[in-house]
Amino acid sequence: MTTTESIRRAQLAAHKHDDIASPPAPPPVRRKQGLKARFRRDRSLVLMALPVVVLLVVFAYIPLLGNVVAFQSYSPFIGIPASPWVGLENFARVFGDPNFWNAVRNTLVITGFQLVFFFPVPIALALLLNSLLRPAMRATIQAIVYLPHFFSWVLVVSVFQQLLGGAGLLSQMLRANGWSGMDIMTNPDTFLFLITSQAVWKDAGWGIIVFLAALAAIDPEQYEAAAVDGANRWRRMWHVTLPGLRSVIVLLLILRLGDALTVGFEQMILQRDAVGAEAAEVLDTFVYYTGIQNGDWSYAAAAGLIKGVISLGLILAANKVAHLFGENGVYSKS
Amino acid sequence: MTTIIKPARPRRTGPSRPAWEEEPGLAAKAGKAVLLCLVVLAVLGPLYTILLTSVSSQGTITQAGGLVLIPGEFSLDAYRQILNGGVVTRAVLVSVGVTVTGTLLSMVVSILCAYGLSRPGSFAHTPILFTLLITMFFSAGMIPSYLLVSGLGLINSYWALILPSAVSVFNIIILRGFFMGIDRGILDSARIDGASEWRILGQIVLPMSKAVTAVIALFYGVGYWNAFFNAVLYINDSSKNPLQVVLRSYVLQGVSVPGQIDVGQGVAPSLALQMAVIVIAMVPILMVYPFVQKHFTKGVMIGAVKG
Repeated sequence: MTTTESIRRAQLAAHKHDDIASPPAPPPVRRKQGLKARFRRDRSLVLMALPVVVLLVVFAYIPLLGNVVAFQSYSPFIGIPASPWVGLENFARVFGDPNFWNAVRNTLVITGFQLVFFFPVPIALALLLNSLLRPAMRATIQAIVYLPHFFSWVLVVSVFQQLLGGAGLLSQMLRANGWSGMDIMTNPDTFLFLITSQAVWKDAGWGIIVFLAALAAIDPEQYEAAAVDGANRWRRMWHVTLPGLRSVIVLLLILRLGDALTVGFEQMILQRDAVGAEAAEVLDTFVYYTGIQNGDWSYAAAAGLIKGVISLGLILAANKVAHLFGENGVYSKS
Repeated sequence: MTTIIKPARPRRTGPSRPAWEEEPGLAAKAGKAVLLCLVVLAVLGPLYTILLTSVSSQGTITQAGGLVLIPGEFSLDAYRQILNGGVVTRAVLVSVGVTVTGTLLSMVVSILCAYGLSRPGSFAHTPILFTLLITMFFSAGMIPSYLLVSGLGLINSYWALILPSAVSVFNIIILRGFFMGIDRGILDSARIDGASEWRILGQIVLPMSKAVTAVIALFYGVGYWNAFFNAVLYINDSSKNPLQVVLRSYVLQGVSVPGQIDVGQGVAPSLALQMAVIVIAMVPILMVYPFVQKHFTKGVMIGAVKG
């Protein structure tokens, strides 16, 4: 699940209770007619939805069945039906593999690190932009900070390599001033900072959209009332602005925790070789290298299935927590 | 009794500061200005030096010792070299083809599906909607997806870059939300006049949804243009590689560009060439972005609000 998806999911959810904006739902069509009559009436609508349903069945549902290879000793030459069943052997191997646990640890460390050093950036940026008075100025800066979101990971990593790599701009400047150059792109010790700054450069700007919308929804009279009561700038931020953002923040935080096992896959796979598996192997790259690269299909499928099942559990749990916090969550029961 | 009517939003309509808000001090203003400049510089600075280096002569680059910060001698040699029919040219064509075909396909199926699902209570509405929504909570995983694509015989086919990612349920939900917000009266009167659903969609709904359609098309288009890993997975034939894969090998892995002028074996591609490939990968996005970006907040938020 990418950041964009999380944000959009949050937008979907965050605005469910924004009653001013949502129009009353269209009245449900009366169900007097029989099923046949309704089908005759709506068949063009069903026909319209059909291509997407077919694509999803083929490319989202059918692959689910492919997970059976995790319980086999699969060989591409004999196919799934002929491959021998081995029960839970692959799972036992995965759980006993130190490389797997290294990938789990890296994934969780990266998620935790980015929660602290990435997550607050869009909030701060949104507050900064929101304090700008001139709409034109605001729109221009918004357009600029959204832009890197639309660049590919290959491009972003390339740009960073040109700036921070061994032959990059930073080393170039250091050398010009008599110091020795340094290569941040291949240093496992600074890897966390590197990938987090890449993520900030690419997506922090885009992340402000949802916060700006929440800020715009705060009633200005609350600020005025607070100011009249003698609250200064900081107290207004603490007592009016932050409570106004609370539900969005809680929601995004929970969603991010639900996605804890997913960290920018393309970003990782592009840099894993330069930095080394010790620091840069995450769950998804582990599956790729063991399965596709080394051809250990069943083993990789087992690792992938473990990740998938835990992720599903985390998302459902995160949603439960969102409900407990009185938020709407990703889906609501209505 | 007097009632002061205030516009609910936007919070501030003009450059005027509300009367109750205190004027910030000079230090605060300066701090904010510096911070904003830093943010803008952080985004645009790297793009500036990359663009400048790509259009600089080898002499200027050598003199700068790497990326060029101060404009020197202008030269389009790098672009001439990589666009003369070599690997990069072919990769650009592949990427353009996949992006155009894919975006068209995605838009057609997504718009149809969003409209088909825009009337709660219609036949099979709920089961179909659930079929879509459930896919947001799981993914089958890389290995089974690979086995499927290879089982369908799509390895080394451009369709492998399109079909598996053709549908984004999020985009459909946004479109659907927008369609549901369109005044039902208009649609019902067209229906009474005997217009078919296809005609209503084509002649009434779509013309009313230009902004949101443009934003969704941008999302899909950018997705196809930027896709990298599916090509690594599904394309083994290097002559079919899209631009992102070529960008990776020339810039990140330093493989030399065939057709480079200094045909020294294994020489890393010259900096100007590398930067030119980066610029070429950016150009389509920079071309479309200004026209669509003003609709982001409107299009996406409205879609989301009504989802």
